[in-house]
Amino acid sequence: MRNAFADELTAMAAEDPRIVLLSGDIGNRLFDTYKRRFPTRFVNCGVAEANMIGVAAGTAMSGLRPIAYTINAFITARCLEQIRVDVCYHKLAVVLVGVGGGLSYASLGGTHHSCEDIAFLRMLPNMTVICPGDPVEVRLAVRAALRHAGPVFLRLGKKGEPVVHEAPPPFTIGRAIVVRPGREVCLLSTGTMLPVAVAAAEALEREGVLAQVVSFHTVKPLDEALLAEVFTRCSVVLTIEEHSVLGGFGGSVAEWVTEQPGLQARLGRVGTTDTFLHEAGEQDHARRRFGLTADAIAHKALGMLEASGARGERGR
Amino acid sequence: MTVPEMEVLGRRIRGRLIEMSHRARTPHLASTLSCVEILVAAYWEVLALDPRNASAPERDRFILSKGHAATALYVALAYRGFFPEALLDTFAEPGSRLAEQPSPGCVPGLELATGSLGHGLPVGVGMAFAGRLQGLAHRVFVLMSDGECNEGSAWEAALLAPAQRLDRVAAIIDYNKWQATGRSNEIMALHPLREKWEAFGWSSYEVDGHDLKALIDVMAHVPDGSGKPVAIVAHTVKGKGVSFMEDDNNWHYRAPDADQVRRAKAELGLL
Repeated sequence: MRNAFADELTAMAAEDPRIVLLSGDIGNRLFDTYKRRFPTRFVNCGVAEANMIGVAAGTAMSGLRPIAYTINAFITARCLEQIRVDVCYHKLAVVLVGVGGGLSYASLGGTHHSCEDIAFLRMLPNMTVICPGDPVEVRLAVRAALRHAGPVFLRLGKKGEPVVHEAPPPFTIGRAIVVRPGREVCLLSTGTMLPVAVAAAEALEREGVLAQVVSFHTVKPLDEALLAEVFTRCSVVLTIEEHSVLGGFGGSVAEWVTEQPGLQARLGRVGTTDTFLHEAGEQDHARRRFGLTADAIAHKALGMLEASGARGERGR
Repeated sequence: MTVPEMEVLGRRIRGRLIEMSHRARTPHLASTLSCVEILVAAYWEVLALDPRNASAPERDRFILSKGHAATALYVALAYRGFFPEALLDTFAEPGSRLAEQPSPGCVPGLELATGSLGHGLPVGVGMAFAGRLQGLAHRVFVLMSDGECNEGSAWEAALLAPAQRLDRVAAIIDYNKWQATGRSNEIMALHPLREKWEAFGWSSYEVDGHDLKALIDVMAHVPDGSGKPVAIVAHTVKGKGVSFMEDDNNWHYRAPDADQVRRAKAELGLL
């Protein structure tokens, strides 16, 4: 994802001279091409995230289009008040890009896990929260974010995420993308969990259940039209995120559900639990510890489907 | 405007600030009184700006990072012609555009909504960087409080600006020796403050923050030819201009009653 980001950003910087890139002393070599082509439009702001956000705000106020980039855990929680006051309060076109969302940096320990950030940022007025599902969506999201007239938080994984979209889909902020058709179950995935959600749908298909997969790349604003359609048609809807079940994407959908009359579907949330992870291991290991696997998601969906009675009616 | 005329203006501004604090029962009066000369020097002599074209890209920027002194900025902007003085009479009333601390775009001439400390300098550094990239020669002055120098974000910005050789940004510290609940040099080890800025790579000065000529001399020479950002440690007196408020930190929160307003204005030669 990060390579797709750097590549697309470099392409956009060639088109728009207002673009400036601020980095929190990461991305060694990642931005070599960008820096070579646009040396005056890059600032390594050092390991000083609060200041970097203020600098981004100051450049945006002056008519530039800043992107502030660093590790996801730091560009969110570390400088939340600067994001709130400098960027959101002033409704500035600042794009915050966090690399290593969720459990991407599992092996680096709890300081680098980032499973509360969606909750933090979606609370802020004027903020748009985008979690692209694959490298293709990253490119589209960067373009959309840099054309958006207000603050955007772009939450990336790291590198090596598989491509899900064979061709670039239509991409609009706030409009989710149906990746795979389905019927009684709908898997709403945000961000880096998209390939896992697709694999879960494949596992469900082997059980005779057709599960729709939606890349819900924009957590804020929610695609309420799609939610309304899905919740009136399906029996089971699962939100899937590499983030806490508290306050993130699932929490956001749950808030929406409480205000809607007459929905058919039951909502289940898949995400990390309300705890820190205190052990070594790579992202796959950490995901397994929280049930963020295709098998665990399929199992949860089947259980909810059976409890709802919908599956029995189909006479399996 | 001559310096004696600016001194008269400073007394008028102080009188208005005292009246506003009394009428709205708002705190931070003493914090506004310490920075009056800095604002007068900036808005009536140093800053290149046009109140009729308040958002011209080439204008000099002035950021009141110590947002709790908002009334001082409101009065300066109104008196300088950015908006009608009558708006000052609505200060802090329910629904007024003029809150105790400024919100974004509340009045023409306001560069940054502040109130939380440690935000102005990072934003000012960003504005200076943008100006250089855009080929504009504008300068950015950031007025901070000494208490604000407690904030880590201020020192993050202090580290970045010299590294980027942003010599058109200036930090002015209203060093009135007090913060909310005590002496600013006892709560945190601020002293020696000018030397700290110097050590961080800033071209740094110490001035009497109530001496208009001294302030103008140093502020007008930003950039100063050193290639470095400029730090101006302005030694001030909290509550300056009113004998019973000067250097008495009770006036960080206290609002004057009618009798105190009358006595203060008498001292300022406004009655």
